[in-house]
Amino acid sequence: MHRVECDILVIGAGGAGLRAAIAACDAGARVVVVSKSLLGKAHTVMAEGGIAASLGNVDGKDDWQAHFADTIIEGAYLSDWRMAEILAKEAAERVYELERYGALFDRTQDGRIMQRAFGGHTYRRLCHVGDKTGLELLRTLEDQVLHRDIEVMDETYVTKIFARNGRIQGAIGLQMKTGRFVAFEAKAIIIATGGCGRVYKVTSNSWESTADGIGLAYNIGAELMDMEMVQFHPTGMVYPPGAKGLLVTEGVRGEGGILLNSKGERFMERYAPERKELAARDIVARAIYKEIEEGRGTAHGGVYLDISHLGEAFIKHKLPSMYSQFRQFADVDITKEAMEVAPTVHYQMGGIRTDPETAATNIDGLFAAGEAAGGLHGGNRLGGNSLADILVFGKRAGEAASKHALASKLPEVSEAEALQETRRVSSYLGKSAKGPNPNALIEELRESMENGVGIIRDRSGLSKTLKEISELKSRQAQVRVPGTLVFNHGLLSALALENMLVACEAITRSALERRESRGAHWRSDFPRKSRRWHVNMVCFKGAHSMKLRTVRVRPMPQRLKRLIKHEVYR
Amino acid sequence: MTTIRLSIRRCDPMAGIAPHFQEYDVPVEEGMVVLEAVRYAAEKIDTTIAVRWNCEAARCGSCAAEINNVPALMCKTRIDDLAGRITVAPMRAYPIVKDLVADVSANYETERRMPAFKPFSNLKEPWKMWQPDVERSKEFRRCIECFLCQDVCHVIREHETGYFGPRHVVKAASLDTHPLDSLDRSKHMNEEGGIGYCNITKCCQEVCPEKIRITDNAIIPEKEGAADGAYDPLMRFIRSAKKDIEG
Ligand SMILES: Cc1cc2nc3c(=O)[nH]c(=O)nc-3n(C[C@H](O)[C@H](O)[C@H](O)COP(=O)(O)OP(=O)(O)OC[C@H]3O[C@@H](n4cnc5c(N)ncnc54)[C@H](O)[C@@H]3O)c2cc1C
Ligand code: SF4
Ligand code: SF4
Ligand code: FES
Repeated sequence: MHRVECDILVIGAGGAGLRAAIAACDAGARVVVVSKSLLGKAHTVMAEGGIAASLGNVDGKDDWQAHFADTIIEGAYLSDWRMAEILAKEAAERVYELERYGALFDRTQDGRIMQRAFGGHTYRRLCHVGDKTGLELLRTLEDQVLHRDIEVMDETYVTKIFARNGRIQGAIGLQMKTGRFVAFEAKAIIIATGGCGRVYKVTSNSWESTADGIGLAYNIGAELMDMEMVQFHPTGMVYPPGAKGLLVTEGVRGEGGILLNSKGERFMERYAPERKELAARDIVARAIYKEIEEGRGTAHGGVYLDISHLGEAFIKHKLPSMYSQFRQFADVDITKEAMEVAPTVHYQMGGIRTDPETAATNIDGLFAAGEAAGGLHGGNRLGGNSLADILVFGKRAGEAASKHALASKLPEVSEAEALQETRRVSSYLGKSAKGPNPNALIEELRESMENGVGIIRDRSGLSKTLKEISELKSRQAQVRVPGTLVFNHGLLSALALENMLVACEAITRSALERRESRGAHWRSDFPRKSRRWHVNMVCFKGAHSMKLRTVRVRPMPQRLKRLIKHEVYR
Repeated sequence: MTTIRLSIRRCDPMAGIAPHFQEYDVPVEEGMVVLEAVRYAAEKIDTTIAVRWNCEAARCGSCAAEINNVPALMCKTRIDDLAGRITVAPMRAYPIVKDLVADVSANYETERRMPAFKPFSNLKEPWKMWQPDVERSKEFRRCIECFLCQDVCHVIREHETGYFGPRHVVKAASLDTHPLDSLDRSKHMNEEGGIGYCNITKCCQEVCPEKIRITDNAIIPEKEGAADGAYDPLMRFIRSAKKDIEG
């Protein structure tokens, strides 16, 4: 079998993976980056609105303390305080660094980096490039990677991480182009595989967001946390059917867009009289959901989002992608007409549990960063905090992993273990193809998640979905697909389904357990938040099944407590 | 529900399957795009169809193909904009991996050779730049690396010249027009990049899904070594004066 030795294997070439690779390479480590899509195509390219960092270029009063407080409060007090502190303190430097790497941000009148308003941020804080911030970020990092001594193996699907005695040894990947398996031997592994949006039917996420990192880490004993916290972005497209779920950036509301129901009422005045359209995402999403549920929705099952009052020139300059997206897909001219929008699954707040300083997991040698990692965003992620997250914690993961790697010996992946994994993967292939089509199972799973673990949840719906997940698990074992190992999407779906099922089970079990409503998690049978549930939900692999435990949210030190409004319970 | 007949070019060099078209009947919904139809075939009818996509939103540039012989993004091409029969084939300027998937890896090697962003030395931090300057570079930074422009270029399709191709000229322009970049990549584009082979047919510019004016705004200035600084000498003078101030 083809073997690749390295100090650090980075799984994922989104912003977190590339930033980690750069940091690790700069620290002197030999780095290999793998990703299942092409280099430069990762989900991160889709990010629109911007990167949150308290530069204070537009609102001079902004500082890290304010950014910290917003993150904790809007995260429904579940965020790890240290992660939030690190984010708030280091985001600005990461933005300036990105600029030094060659990124070109929009500018203020006096030539500094421009910042825009976004929901839940007290000040105008999002550094942006029109509505293509993610593209600029990823392209800039891609350039940096290509000009360093970093090996990139794209379109390589990692199917397993090996660990022995709580310590990682390596991983195995399938090279899609050649159908060849590659065994990686690495001193440290960084998981930067992004989120799990694709486990829902209506989502803004790209094809690759199938929770692979969650499954890979869970299977070797890593802990997951807060998986029930799934962010529904308030505004996704509802029409035409194929575009359903496609994101309408919060930038539209940030720039002054207003939400109206079918009666023409600006309903956010009722739900959040102060911040209105710019209230936190969970609040706006539930408000829209309610308006639609109560019969004040549009014909296509959404509400209106209108920005036409700002005029053609402004809209085309500030929101060019939105303009062309609606023109292209829905025949709507947003400079003249209102858009129709409804909530769409957008982001996983939870993820692999890591140490705030080093991004290390509970498995020796395994690190995680970006959307795949949990802890920072608590019960609700603020817009712009993810791009900041992937830079800040990507860099930290890369540095800590190199430190670890440079002090360790190269572990060995035995031929027998490697072969066993290749046989496992290959066993999905069968000429007769009698087993179920993995895509059909994925469709059922997405439907079940949408119905039972959606924006508003209750015990009976959650239990039903949990049962369906366990049924799907047993049918998953029988999946067979025709064809070879070369670029076989059926096979890739079968592999993704394994991980999707892990994530779905973790989301659903955690959601059942959390008997309160907090942040993005809303239980109609427990509509209040409760002091008792001021905890983080931790999932891990038990001897026979998934186990769950709750841990108290780490109390923050006095110096930080002073900065935030205390949590109130009614 | 109406259905359409979709004709997909199948080919699997590693399994010895020669190129041929295969037809699939796919139900269509209002506003449906070609990618959805191809995915329907690949997910429900024959899971061995190889096709590349990711964002489904015309953002990532993964799903480039030739639709009725025209290079286009599958996720951006609406079925109701096409008359009658729909054929989908991979980009022809690249080796085929399988079915609709082309091997575009050579582009990353070209990118590795492109002189990286190099800011002027001794700039005062935080850097200052002006929106109109930034704006000009932003056009080139819209590129989603779909490589459709490369696919349509006859120099690349028909000749082995070593010409880097329009995407890479756009890349050079995106760096050269950075207000604080100190290099001029036109020499690289002329000497190593073979830009001289381009005879300004503008085909690339016509297929670009991001509507980048590749030939007018990137190729011509790079050919003439005028993408750096500015198009008019006055701007260049102002810029060099600014450099002195920021020193
Ligand atoms: C439409 C949209 C707009 C957004 N706008 C914003 C915004 O304005 N501001 C903001 O802060 N956030 C925004 N977000 C969120 C943000 O873009 C993401 O959370 C962030 O980019 C995640 O980055 P990442 O590096 O963690 O992972 P990703 O970019 O998702 O990258 C994951 C990588 O892992 C690879 N991978 C996955 N599984 C495997 C496997 N099994 N084997 C090998 N490789 C694998 C993938 O190929 C990919 O390279 C937006 C999200 C969406 C969908
Ligand atoms: S203008 Fe030049 S680069 Fe563009 S298609 Fe024509 S020959 Fe090729
Ligand atoms: S310049 Fe246009 S056509 Fe060429 S790769 Fe970029 S986006 Fe695609
Ligand atoms: S799938 Fe991303 S551009 Fe078509």
